[in-house]
Amino acid sequence: MIDQHRQAFKEEAYELLAELESSLLELEERPDDQDLIGRVFRAMHTIKGSGSMFGFDDIASFTHEVETIFDMVRNGKLQVTGRLVNLTLAARDLIRAMLDAADSGEATDLQASAEIIVGLRELAGFQGQVAAAAQKEEVHEAQKDSVTYRIRFAPAREIFVSGTNPLTLIAELRELGACTVVAQTAGFPCLEEMNPESCYVYWDVILTTDQGENAIRDVFIFVEDDCELKIEPIAEHNRYEEQQDYKRLGEILVERGDITSDDMRAVLSQQKRFGELAISQGILHEGKVQAALAEQQHIKEVRQEKQVAEASSSIRVPAERLDLLVNLVGEMVTVQARLSQTAAQRADSELMAIAEEVERLTAELRDSALNIRMLPIGSTFSKFKRLVRDLSAELGKQIEMTTEGAETELDKTVIEKLNDPLVHLIRNSIDHGIERPEARVEAGKPERGTVHLSAVHSGDSVLITIADDGAGLDKEAIRTKGIERGIIPAGAELSDKELFNLIFAPGFSTAKTISSVSGRGVGMDVVKRAIEALRGSIDITSVRGEGTRITVKIPLTLAIIESLLVKIGKDSFMMPLALVDECVELTREDVAAAHGRNLAHVRDQLVPYIPLREHFAIPGAPPEIEQIVITQVNGVRVGFVVDHVIGEHQTVIKSLGRAYKDTEGISGATILGDGTVALILDIPQLVQAAEAAQ
Amino acid sequence: MAKVIMTADDSASVRQMVTFTLKQGGYEVVEAVDGKDALQKLASTKVDMLITDLNMPNLDGIGLIKGARALASCKFIPIVMLTTESQDSKKQEGKAAGATGWIVKPFKPEQLMAVVKKVLG
Repeated sequence: MIDQHRQAFKEEAYELLAELESSLLELEERPDDQDLIGRVFRAMHTIKGSGSMFGFDDIASFTHEVETIFDMVRNGKLQVTGRLVNLTLAARDLIRAMLDAADSGEATDLQASAEIIVGLRELAGFQGQVAAAAQKEEVHEAQKDSVTYRIRFAPAREIFVSGTNPLTLIAELRELGACTVVAQTAGFPCLEEMNPESCYVYWDVILTTDQGENAIRDVFIFVEDDCELKIEPIAEHNRYEEQQDYKRLGEILVERGDITSDDMRAVLSQQKRFGELAISQGILHEGKVQAALAEQQHIKEVRQEKQVAEASSSIRVPAERLDLLVNLVGEMVTVQARLSQTAAQRADSELMAIAEEVERLTAELRDSALNIRMLPIGSTFSKFKRLVRDLSAELGKQIEMTTEGAETELDKTVIEKLNDPLVHLIRNSIDHGIERPEARVEAGKPERGTVHLSAVHSGDSVLITIADDGAGLDKEAIRTKGIERGIIPAGAELSDKELFNLIFAPGFSTAKTISSVSGRGVGMDVVKRAIEALRGSIDITSVRGEGTRITVKIPLTLAIIESLLVKIGKDSFMMPLALVDECVELTREDVAAAHGRNLAHVRDQLVPYIPLREHFAIPGAPPEIEQIVITQVNGVRVGFVVDHVIGEHQTVIKSLGRAYKDTEGISGATILGDGTVALILDIPQLVQAAEAAQ
Repeated sequence: MAKVIMTADDSASVRQMVTFTLKQGGYEVVEAVDGKDALQKLASTKVDMLITDLNMPNLDGIGLIKGARALASCKFIPIVMLTTESQDSKKQEGKAAGATGWIVKPFKPEQLMAVVKKVLG
């Protein structure tokens, strides 16, 4: 669009330049021809004005110089001479060259332009530079506090004749903030004396705005010379405002200059209400009292609103500062653990007391620091509404999205990282889950499908559910596909859960043939990995023909986790407590009884386990009685064999350096109270690796 | 019914831009190439607002404003003139002739729309 205007300007400018040339040549012969001078001036003026409007700034500023000279010629201050015509012709050629170069991006011939400008200025007889029109933009500090202004706007009687409608100005004022308007009609003459083309009204306005006085003046910019305009700040509303009563009616009227203080006192000496008295005695017109009363009322309301607003006031803080705070708190938690440990070793009761106090404070500090980063998930939800709207329109489906629990709070970073996986899941529901309107009607369902998005707290996790009332997953199709891809053996007996979990297998990501689940470039395996990277889990239930429900369980925060500290040899490891079900013992007899298979009997149930000592190739012999920590990931119980279980621990997560980013089975590290490092086990990944190895 | 705005300007590119902007804003636009053309068209066309350049051949902006105000149909319509920074004295002259307000060139489409909204309400 802009290019089209630029092109139009260029064509016009070429025409003007051609005309300019002939005018200049004529002017050389008839230097006094006012008509010709006018033509030259107008050509320059148009090139300058339009040029800067369409982004030809260099042309505009150069042409400005020539225009200035011809303005002087036009006003008779300068004679047309041969030299002037020569210079102007040179200027014309230069403007043409600038136009030619505009699109190719060639630089202006600065030398030539400087020579012409100097020459012109010499002719004009001034040495100093022509002041470039400086932008008079006033930079004013953002005013957070609002100010209440008392505005009296009394337009000139003839204001209508200039085409101004005072009501549009009042309407503009209203846009600036809370506004109380009282029209003063006392000036109305009786009917026979009234001229319908005159304005007899003036307005008293009380406006509370945070835009500053200049914004108010800007409203009246066209009429300020033709009206009586008084703008006075009467109250500032800031956080420290004292809550006393606003001025009394009499004081306001005296301040406004509507009544003298003597008159006020005279009226006050009687005992009726001041306003009524003043009106009844003819000292004041009713409208003025009304305006003053309106002012009182307005301020009262603004103050009340302010109080309400302050009660729930908040401050904005850059995210980095919060991250820094959380990091520091993390360090603090680590040091506190060390203090507690040291105190316990010293058996010094005073030191113990201090350590306990520090422990209590640190826990509180940690909780409130983490809380600061909590945001409601609602803003993410509303973004999804747009996604649903656009996507369903694109696919010709009718889909409504309902949400629940938008106020559920989650750590900011978790919300950010959750966005992509959720988008993908919602897309799947719309793209493959919900049927076309015709198909839905045929299936006896309402034409319009729904996607329900909900978030709810559950312990130290949040459950996010995406439920649609679409076609549901086709178990048989998934089974067939799974066998085809070699993910499951033919004839395998799988529970629904296991079957649905197949869609998270990498092989399924591009499976276009299964209509119910396939991604657009990104597969469900990527979604699963992203969720697991957040130490979350994902779960699917689906009923054919009725819909699919995907539940994502995610920890509240990524910075600190509750974990179980375990030891293997001298090494310490952490296991996220959220995934831990229970701990049982593993004796040598148990191992022997299992005949070399890594299976443990836990209350009549066989639980496969992973011997971590072997897995991580830790040297040394295991103790007589080992421990199995049984975890549950996506409903599957898997045990991890360790030497000792030490206990629960608050773990401040430190990410591993880039060198370790590909390390499998480890999601991070933490520092223990004694200063040693413990690695945090990535349970889902370990389970996955073990399954793959089978 | 869409309000009708006349743009009087001898620069075709400015007219084009003004017309384009106003039409986007839902207004109808009548174009005039100079003051004389504008006055002739005003005599037969009812407009709700006039936007005029000041420097134009045949009849300049000031002359157009005076002429328009003399027409009964244009007595109370908003008239906005396009001026440049350096034309402060022209502003006064324009106001005296009956202009409602002004827009300083160069301007952006948003600024034009803001002024139109301001005076047309």
